[in-house]
Amino acid sequence: MNAHFLLRRLILVVPTLFGVSVIVFILLRVVPGDPIAMMTPPGATQADIDHLRQLYGLDKSILEQYLIWFREVLHGDFGISISLRQDVVDLILSRLPATLELAFTAMLIAVVLGVLLALAGTYWQGRWPETLVDGVTGLTQAIPDFLWGLIFILALGVFWPILPISGRIDPRLSVEFVSQFYFLETILRGNFALLPGLFNHLILPAVALALPLTAVIARTLKASLREAMTQDYVLLAQIKGFGKWRILVVEALRNALIPTVALSGVQFNFLLGGTVLIERIFSYPGIGNMAIGAVIDRDLPLIQGLIITFAIMFIIINLMVDMSYRMLNPKVAHE
Amino acid sequence: MRVWLGGGIVLLLFLAAVLAPWIAPHDPLEQDLISGLLPPFWSADHDSVFLLGTDSLGRDLLSRLIYGARVALIVAIAAATLAALLGTVLGLLAGYYGGAFDILISRMVDIWMAFPPVLLSIVLVAVIGTGLHSVIIAIVVIDWTRFCRVVRAETLVQREQEYIASAVTIGLDRWKILWGEILPNILPLLITLLTLEMGIAIIVEAILSFVGLSVSSDQATWGGLIQEGRQYIHQAWWVMTLPVACIIVAVLGFNALGDGLRSLLDPVMGR
Repeated sequence: MNAHFLLRRLILVVPTLFGVSVIVFILLRVVPGDPIAMMTPPGATQADIDHLRQLYGLDKSILEQYLIWFREVLHGDFGISISLRQDVVDLILSRLPATLELAFTAMLIAVVLGVLLALAGTYWQGRWPETLVDGVTGLTQAIPDFLWGLIFILALGVFWPILPISGRIDPRLSVEFVSQFYFLETILRGNFALLPGLFNHLILPAVALALPLTAVIARTLKASLREAMTQDYVLLAQIKGFGKWRILVVEALRNALIPTVALSGVQFNFLLGGTVLIERIFSYPGIGNMAIGAVIDRDLPLIQGLIITFAIMFIIINLMVDMSYRMLNPKVAHE
Repeated sequence: MRVWLGGGIVLLLFLAAVLAPWIAPHDPLEQDLISGLLPPFWSADHDSVFLLGTDSLGRDLLSRLIYGARVALIVAIAAATLAALLGTVLGLLAGYYGGAFDILISRMVDIWMAFPPVLLSIVLVAVIGTGLHSVIIAIVVIDWTRFCRVVRAETLVQREQEYIASAVTIGLDRWKILWGEILPNILPLLITLLTLEMGIAIIVEAILSFVGLSVSSDQATWGGLIQEGRQYIHQAWWVMTLPVACIIVAVLGFNALGDGLRSLLDPVMGR
């Protein structure tokens, strides 16, 4: 049953990615703005410009360009970045792990913090901790991640400088990494002396990214927990004499999670989209930061590669959210 | 109370933007390379000519902040109004007439809202090019859904009300009912949404000028100042702090005004 569902969703991925690539390809080429003009010095001759145009295949029609690009992509080749003059796949693969570590940490923080806030708010319902939880979620929701990032930089990087505000790692350290997954690799190697430094670089951008999602999770989950606590099975558990925490976490949480999971799918995508800006603010070397550079330079091959990468990540996240939704909610799974 | 506080902030912002050429102590583009990165007045080594200090090129920060309010407010008003117009018209038509048009619009809104707005705005500006117009267009293209969704839902509710049945009975045609009866009844809601949208537009404009995709970097914008301040954060923290503070105050002002208006204009829902 679930395998069937997964297969059906995986088959849908192909036309989705195809559609995204066609739209992006056409949009980027029908608009004004010449990447060749941006890379040539003012004194370049027309012959030089024509040569470059030919080199990057920009002299052909859009359809021809797309077919060439598509054929190359099927062989795993996304072309050469115009501004950085390197292979697009290599560039993206070298930066993607940084973004994955950041986004995953942020999602973890948001889920843990959001669930804890919701549980606390429900447990101490009607007393001051609930007011506090409501206040915190209200504030985190009112201010977007962009401003949180800047506020953190000012508060914890400048006025009370306890945390680094740019990059992934202290530039004075010369540590060799095999992979680009600095954090994961350090943990797997057991090199715990390095861990605090890496963690300090990661925590501010991750929290800034996590806060809006934290608020959504806390708010939605708290509302459903509240409703779940009035259900008959909770009453039964109370009669059986189970403690309040046990009832909340074991009995109510599982059922209350369903609406939150359904709602947070889109929010995870927003978080991933937020990396673009947060990486820029914290000079964090991920693909989001790279995407803004590519847009400013009108680096068509790189923009295309990055958008496809983001699209794949969105699809994976949606798939994972849908799967957990079906696991939590037997009603949907048996339809 | 909230209306007064929010309204006061918004009015102040508006005055600063309109009167910028008269109240700004300096030309925001005038460079004074010898007095770069001067601190504000409360610092011991400030220069009394530059009240809030200068940026790296020695341009007066206070003047740049005041002129930045201009860009922020132009974008806020233009983008929010146009997004409201587009979203309201589509939402009203979809909610009132229903049918295939409603399905089409609703599906479009769903798809639209699944995209991360920040990423979408950056891609959009990449496609249509930089500049004030592009920023406004990007915000309208992304945020019309906020209005459309709410207006459509509210139209569905209003459509079933008795005053609409009465209007049908006395023979008003549907077009007149839509614009003459339903629209005035959702106007309070619209004004609230519009105010909140202006706060959002200010943030989006700041984001786009921060990443260098808004107006040219010469022109003073809050986002541009943040970008510059970020580079000199350790030498001159105030260059980034001041515009960030301006944005937060402006956004909270618009939010307070919107929330206050909601409870003021809609006594039932406002509770």
